[in-house]
Amino acid sequence: MIPELGHFALVLAIFLALYQAILPLAGAAWGRNDWMILARPAATAQFIFVAIAYVALTRAFLLDDFSLLYVAQNSNSELPVGYKFAAVWGGHEGSLLLWCLMLATWTLAVAWGSRGQPLAFSSRVIGVLGIVSVGVLLFTLLTSNPFDRLLPAAVDGVDLNPLLQDPAMVAHPPMLYIGYVGMAVPFAFAVAALLTGRLDRDWARWTRPWTIGAWVFLTGGIALGSWWAYYELGWGGWWFWDPVENASFMPWLMGTALIHSLAVTERRGIFKSWTVLLAIAAFSLSLLGTFLVRSGVLISVHAFASDPTRGLFILMLLLLISGGALVLYAFRASNLEAEGGFRLVSRETFLLANNLLLVIATFLILIGTLYPLFHDAMGAGNLSVGEPFFNAVFLIPMLPLAVLLGLGMHTVWQKMEPGALFARLRWIGAAALIAAIVYPLIVFGSTSVLTVIGVGAGIWVTLSSLIEPISRWFNSRAVRLTRAQWGMFLAHLGVGLFIVGASVTSAFNIETDRAVRIGDRWEVAGFEIEFRGMRTEEGPNYVAEVGEFDLRSNGELVASLRPEKRIYRVQTNPMTEARMDIGLFRDVFIALGEPLGDGAWSVRVQYKPMISFLWIGCIVMAFGGLLAATDQRYRRTVRQRVEPRTKVGVTAEQGSH
Amino acid sequence: MQARKQRMVFIGIVGAGLLVSLGFLYKALNENALYYQSPTQVVEGEMPLDRRVRIGGLVVEESIERIPGSMTIRFLVTDLANTIPVEYTGVLPDLFSEGHGVVTQGHIQEDGSFVADSVLAKHDETYMSPEVAESLAIGEAAR
Repeated sequence: MIPELGHFALVLAIFLALYQAILPLAGAAWGRNDWMILARPAATAQFIFVAIAYVALTRAFLLDDFSLLYVAQNSNSELPVGYKFAAVWGGHEGSLLLWCLMLATWTLAVAWGSRGQPLAFSSRVIGVLGIVSVGVLLFTLLTSNPFDRLLPAAVDGVDLNPLLQDPAMVAHPPMLYIGYVGMAVPFAFAVAALLTGRLDRDWARWTRPWTIGAWVFLTGGIALGSWWAYYELGWGGWWFWDPVENASFMPWLMGTALIHSLAVTERRGIFKSWTVLLAIAAFSLSLLGTFLVRSGVLISVHAFASDPTRGLFILMLLLLISGGALVLYAFRASNLEAEGGFRLVSRETFLLANNLLLVIATFLILIGTLYPLFHDAMGAGNLSVGEPFFNAVFLIPMLPLAVLLGLGMHTVWQKMEPGALFARLRWIGAAALIAAIVYPLIVFGSTSVLTVIGVGAGIWVTLSSLIEPISRWFNSRAVRLTRAQWGMFLAHLGVGLFIVGASVTSAFNIETDRAVRIGDRWEVAGFEIEFRGMRTEEGPNYVAEVGEFDLRSNGELVASLRPEKRIYRVQTNPMTEARMDIGLFRDVFIALGEPLGDGAWSVRVQYKPMISFLWIGCIVMAFGGLLAATDQRYRRTVRQRVEPRTKVGVTAEQGSH
Repeated sequence: MQARKQRMVFIGIVGAGLLVSLGFLYKALNENALYYQSPTQVVEGEMPLDRRVRIGGLVVEESIERIPGSMTIRFLVTDLANTIPVEYTGVLPDLFSEGHGVVTQGHIQEDGSFVADSVLAKHDETYMSPEVAESLAIGEAAR
């Protein structure tokens, strides 16, 4: 009965979404206030009914209702309760319902957060989000209904995929989806602005906090996925250029470009067309990503349960939504006027370079991701594009970007004397270069050109993000940084730490596979490792073989690690649970391979220097975004905003973006 | 006239630059392309030996053989029409087992065997990788 109510709630949500799409847009077109004011209640009601559907599905999981096909496929009565919550999005149908819920949540937040904006504008934003909701809800209901019954009901479920029974996996999909779906918000703002014909600095100021908010979640979601791959899936790798990783990474790159382009539009009233195009592109790439994952056209670890009709449906949705927005843009773009110019050495130039490089990187990754599809469609054979391609096409635009980033942060708007910029940054540049040459040689005893470039770029970005906050700290007369400025410096500090971590860990990672017996001792990267024994342990829904390893450095015990090989009782596949000794400057990673006969086991040990900097960098980046999104000027209402711009302008000129 | 000429030169330079970069891009794509082959295609000798390729199919039952005291393993991969021997040294993925699908990457040897530098097993027990399915279809056609 309850699942039918959930199903029914989903149907009602579609009608409410239709209502939310048509009335406000029509009202805005014909100036009918009485229609426009219905946008908010409609969005709220749509949210409530999607939430009811979601709760109904969650309840079916908690109560082990195996008369639902989706529950029977993704859960089991022995599954721990925490994972039953996560199993709701463990498969295709449920994760789409989560998509719908996230979209409804963003819509609700935008509806109630946009009360200070003109009614005709906010109604259009909500209306455009309504169109997207209709599309995704229809898709869920018509091709992927999670409430389909299974008759007769299964005695027990086939269990959640053991790979997904992991704490990071509980947080990764919702976080990623919040970010992914959040890109719909800047898209809706851009389309609404095109419809209104009013694309000004206020528009950019309204759009920015939402965009940064979505970007923060996308950053966190991608980082969590990467971390999960690191210790659960990938035997110590953290990025594979898997098509589905690319699918989430491309909207992130576009979102990053969009945030920076919005900064220019907000402060200077230029780059308007470009900003609108980026907003459309970022959301289109989110939809394309959904298409790639759900259609099964790509070979990927993520491409579970796929079906061609689903792919076709999303492709149509993508064409309608993105194509519609682009046609609108073509008609309206000529109205967008730049409000000022800028010189060669100015913050605008650096942000333009940032945008170009990010777009180039996205474009190249897109080509690498789609190339196998075209190749196969032309009948030229089945192939996949290897990691070296992606590494090259990503690093070639990103290294100049890192260099320009350090310069751009210290450049003012409109124009700057190149000499002043040079005087300000020359010591940092020199320090970064020396550190990049000396540090790998001293710590690791070897180096390469690529290492020097990578480490140098990372240290350069790190130092140039730190210098401004630190110098203001020691100068008591200096004006305090705004929250947005703190956000900018922190986010860029995160980028710097990330680059250092990624460069060092890629260059000096040590990986050894070895056949060992109980009692064996061997050395990896200066650590002595001892295989002390094996035992068997029972988990709630699995049996595990647990290895006991001691890790010693100079004879002193550093850690005892107990990696596991689990056999889940329902899906009888083995699962490797690696264990790590995590340190700030290095991780040591041990994973059990398989028994080789007469007591021997294959064991993988990895030494990962500086890999923590990678995760810390992501956290710092996301935290910086959080600060920037909650800056005071976004919390001001329309009435308070009349204070003259120039007053804030003088201090904010230096570094807010 | 002058301005128009300048614009033509500018467009020419940008266009030429774009063409050159597209050429490089195409070259980079092809150099990094891993072609997928079924055992039948390997036996028919479609691919040059110096290229790294992906091959996939089913691991033949009772074909897994370990070299004692080492990490090296040998097994047979089949598309049910043709079978090729594969050798691999290293830790195997969790889902690797006899009778199930497997995709390996490496080089075809002159004697027709395959030396893999990485082994991937399919994602879960209910799902067959499209690559393995394609191999079986090719094998079906060859029989």
